[in-house]
Amino acid sequence: MGQRIAVLFAFGLAGCSREAPPAPPTAFQKELQERLIKAQPGDTIEIPAGRFELTRTLTLTGKAGITLRGAGMDKSVLSFKGQTTGAEGIKVAADRFTIEGLTIQDTKGDAFKIEHSDGVTVRNVKAEWTRGPHKDNGAYGIYPIQCTNVLIEGAVAIGASDAGIYVGQSSQVVVRRSRAERNVAGFELENTKQGELYDNEAVGNTGGILVFDLPDLPVQGGRDIRVYRNVVRGNNEPNFAPSGNIVAKVPTGTGVMIMANDAVEVWDNSIEDHRTMNLAVVSYFVTEEKIKDAKYDPYPEGISIHDNRFGRGGWDPAGGSALQSKKVILALRLKLGTPFPDVVWDGVVRDGKTAADARICVRGNGPAGFANLDAAHDFANVMRDLRPHDCALPGVPAAALLASP
Amino acid sequence: MRARLLPPFPERLSEWNLLSGRLAELRPNARVVPYDVEVPLFSDHAGKFRTVWLPPGSASEYRDSGAFEFPLGTVFSKTFYYDAGGPRRLVETRLLLRGSEGWIALPYVWDAEQREATLQVAGEERQLEWAAADGTRQPFTYLVPNTDQCAGCHVALRGRERPLRPLGPTARQLNIDFAYADGRRNQLGHWRELGLLRGGPAPEAAPRWSALPQVPLAQRARAYLDVQCAHCHSPDGPANSSGLYLGYDEEAPGRIGVCKPPVAAGRGSGNRAYDIVPGQPEASILFYRMESREPDVMMPELGRSLRDDAGLALVRDWIAALPGRCS
Repeated sequence: MGQRIAVLFAFGLAGCSREAPPAPPTAFQKELQERLIKAQPGDTIEIPAGRFELTRTLTLTGKAGITLRGAGMDKSVLSFKGQTTGAEGIKVAADRFTIEGLTIQDTKGDAFKIEHSDGVTVRNVKAEWTRGPHKDNGAYGIYPIQCTNVLIEGAVAIGASDAGIYVGQSSQVVVRRSRAERNVAGFELENTKQGELYDNEAVGNTGGILVFDLPDLPVQGGRDIRVYRNVVRGNNEPNFAPSGNIVAKVPTGTGVMIMANDAVEVWDNSIEDHRTMNLAVVSYFVTEEKIKDAKYDPYPEGISIHDNRFGRGGWDPAGGSALQSKKVILALRLKLGTPFPDVVWDGVVRDGKTAADARICVRGNGPAGFANLDAAHDFANVMRDLRPHDCALPGVPAAALLASP
Repeated sequence: MRARLLPPFPERLSEWNLLSGRLAELRPNARVVPYDVEVPLFSDHAGKFRTVWLPPGSASEYRDSGAFEFPLGTVFSKTFYYDAGGPRRLVETRLLLRGSEGWIALPYVWDAEQREATLQVAGEERQLEWAAADGTRQPFTYLVPNTDQCAGCHVALRGRERPLRPLGPTARQLNIDFAYADGRRNQLGHWRELGLLRGGPAPEAAPRWSALPQVPLAQRARAYLDVQCAHCHSPDGPANSSGLYLGYDEEAPGRIGVCKPPVAAGRGSGNRAYDIVPGQPEASILFYRMESREPDVMMPELGRSLRDDAGLALVRDWIAALPGRCS
């Protein structure tokens, strides 16, 4: 290499360089990581009550049936405020894994990520960024991806810069009795099949609940999602997502947004206090991204919105953090006026199909307003008549989780 | 040496008998064969000393792509060191052994006296400082991975299975000359002579990268990205959910990231719209993440703490020369 190179070694000793080096991993972290590595299938690993500082990702790979259990959600706190390496707080790839009774704080990236695993239980786990909403917070709080048979219950997510509780490219998923507040997206199911989201609270996020199906991903065709008995309220936190991400396009003040998924049923939810829209059903075209994936279906079809309670909404519509979304909302304000109605559908249908073919059914939601935005023609012919959408669809079948681990 | 295929594994590297004499001099024992790869993974400027040992009478089977098929009992070692303009300092030695249940990864960490390395399944961190030619000093955290983190790169996702696999010993990577104690020879040819390798074409007919300056820019950049990224960013790698595939043989522009929006990059998107914008490395997420040193932004996610300036220059030139545009 021809360079004069010097490397100074400080084997755990402090004070060898001008800036104080970060603290070496604590004994607790090393011991806990060793326990995870040496665990036998079926073992339970306990974390005592207390607050523990960690500087690198905790990992578990391969062994099935492991339980990582703290003394209680607010009793065992793993703080990653001093994290120097690794993107996640806890990263797992292992079947029949359970994590319960602890809090993960201030990770550099995602708080808890589990991938490629069958049988995931997340119970009474909090993922939070203690400074509140901030663009430099990690992206996801609770993050199963490419998993099957996922149960998330009693979870809490606060301050994630993408989604608090996010399930991606998975199937047979239940998210219940959980709370997401002050994230960009509170709850998100993306490219996921057979999912249930019920008895949750999404409050004070940018968008409360997102059900998305996106292109160019190995697992596609998100469908068969049931969203019911949730409280979705006051999700007006200004969008703080980095603008390169799709979630940056979610307008500030969105209650529920369904994008491109098929077979989604939304009922018995309380959805109110969203400055842009209480509920939106849109195709992928609202993103104005070119679609290069020949297999991708960008149109939402078979969407049933029934028997929900809508409250105040749409009084001051705004875009997301992405410039594109601000422009769209601005154009829409001119055509739609304010307040925006409770339920909006972008009205984009497949070539040769009619609005009725899309089977967007909106019924039994009391006095809730509606608009078909006619987005395919730049909102030229907005239609507020609900009658074409006064239909019922067969209920989406429930997710059938295998017996919990 | 005799391979130990089952736990408990030796606590001390010396028990493996890979090296003779003073361990830190890295003199391979009989039948322990040193080797090199043409395009190394960037690991914070660490030098790497690699060896392979096969049980007597056994051989590996040649493959055109991916690692050769190695027999039960194979032991790979890779020692990471720095030549500090003074005495060589060894940091860690990683072993990869082929057991009956699959490959096993074991990290050994060297002591300050450089007499022995001991097994640290939970990994280690070392606070080091890198002084570049221009005199600037960059403190960094050198990460010895824990055994799970070895899997983070070395795993292949096969249905419900998650076996580990070696990454370095592929035809392309090995198809170069090595300066053995008794002369320079092409590694593929020499492995065959030693009986370590069966099958496959002569070196001239086998795949090779030839990362020499006169090789076309695109080929060099794609080779670099394959080695730094494709162990995760491939259809059977741990980052397959991103849809971004950076293997050398990937052809579809969308799969290698051209005009591709990110999936779950979070802060890693750097407020940029696409993984690769032809002609504009400064607008490309891939370049942003290669430049970054922040734990939740940087790519690779594990395995480096510093920036690879040479690699960055190569990828910058390649993206700048790409034709087309994202509309």
